[in-house]
Amino acid sequence: MGGQMGPEESFDLFKQCAVEVLQVEPSKIVPEARFADDLDADSLDLVELVMALEEKFGIDVAEAELEGVQTVGQAYELVASKL
Amino acid sequence: MLAVMGAPDGSGAVQGRRVVITGLGVVSSCGIGVGAFWEGLHHLPPPGRSRPVEGLDVSALFGPKEVRRADRFVQMATAAAEQAVQDAGGPDVVAEGPDRAGAHVGTGVGGLDTICEQDRVLIERGAGRVSPFLVPMIMCNRAAAEVSMRYGLRGPCETTVTACAAGTQSIANAARLIATGRCDLMLAGSSEAPLSDLGVAGFANMTALSRSGTSMPFDTARDGFVIGEGAGMLVLEERERALARGARIYAEIAGAASTADAHHITAPAPDGGGAARCMELALADARLSPSDVAHINTHGTSTPPGDAAEAEAIRKVFGPSGPPVTSVKGVLGHTLAAAGSIEAVAVALTIANRSIPPTMGTTEVDPAFELDVVIGEARPWEPGPVVSNSFGFGGHNGSLVIVPA
Repeated sequence: MGGQMGPEESFDLFKQCAVEVLQVEPSKIVPEARFADDLDADSLDLVELVMALEEKFGIDVAEAELEGVQTVGQAYELVASKL
Repeated sequence: MLAVMGAPDGSGAVQGRRVVITGLGVVSSCGIGVGAFWEGLHHLPPPGRSRPVEGLDVSALFGPKEVRRADRFVQMATAAAEQAVQDAGGPDVVAEGPDRAGAHVGTGVGGLDTICEQDRVLIERGAGRVSPFLVPMIMCNRAAAEVSMRYGLRGPCETTVTACAAGTQSIANAARLIATGRCDLMLAGSSEAPLSDLGVAGFANMTALSRSGTSMPFDTARDGFVIGEGAGMLVLEERERALARGARIYAEIAGAASTADAHHITAPAPDGGGAARCMELALADARLSPSDVAHINTHGTSTPPGDAAEAEAIRKVFGPSGPPVTSVKGVLGHTLAAAGSIEAVAVALTIANRSIPPTMGTTEVDPAFELDVVIGEARPWEPGPVVSNSFGFGGHNGSLVIVPA
């Protein structure tokens, strides 16, 4: 499904997932937002978010790929690279 | 044996340390909060196979993200704990001396609702979609951990898992930590949320549940228990500390005991021997005789063999003209591991209100039991020592002796 999606549309989908899983205001989901400091999300929150993203975008993200992912922008780039 | 007051001859007790109840909290099908609960104990609910808790709102306790990650048994335990903490004077009172304050919260099955939901996820969507929060949601110690974290209690944080005896034994285990000098305050209780289709089917298929959907403990026509859910929590405190801060003292935990039937995994020993020994040891722990006991809050689940065995045990200990007894399970059904702590709350309120709530649902007490079961309406009562019993699958017996302060 992801192949036909524009960047704006795919970021919107990403944002939907993040809002639902992390229960934060949509306005907080910006590329520079840090999961731990700005979104009160720990490593298990991130795992749950990635599960939702995998399902929404029809992609697979290996556990190792999450290492070093600290911001919304980094997570989105990881997803976008697989679309 | 480990006891609240030391061995029957007094050895092993830490002199001067007594355990009192200074806070109560309850989430039950007949009311959330002690006021509604006490009132609810006097009204018979409509028949039905289960007695769910309705109207539980935990939005003030959990954020929108956290609430999805708290199984129902944790939500109920937390709601009851918050009531108990507020009743005792608030979080600052409870967390004073946090290294000598702990949590002991029992359960029977832990996060069964979550197990059922996530098993469906596993089957329908695959292993990769199972929640990373599964383990901390289902583990039986989660409710204890939750309240420990919430109030900053850094002493022992533990969980007793002894089926339907867990509530009573949790309070006993917590009381011992105070009586023996390790702690000055414990948040103690239990919680159970067994009403998933899987849980109900399990109990129904072992023919434990009432076919008529009526809980009628000790009645000639009793035909099994009605399954319930809920949580009870108590703030237990070392008496001198409670007195020094001018706390409201509901009652004292004067004694406790545990025994095992060592007989059968689900059936009680028919002669009630294990239950009788348990009550005798609890009374010895409290330095009381059977003739001192003014009331028994029974396990009384409404099953034919269970009630018969408990009646036999009571007759063994107290003789044919023992103290008045009641079972709040006529109203609540059997809340399994939650029962013991909910009933401890009921006993504290029985003492405070000087009145024994009736065994609702029961109209004709089995004459073979020779028990003075309070039925019909509440009985005005001069407070005295109360024995509270709980018995669990596995042959676990637990008794508390709760006395007016």
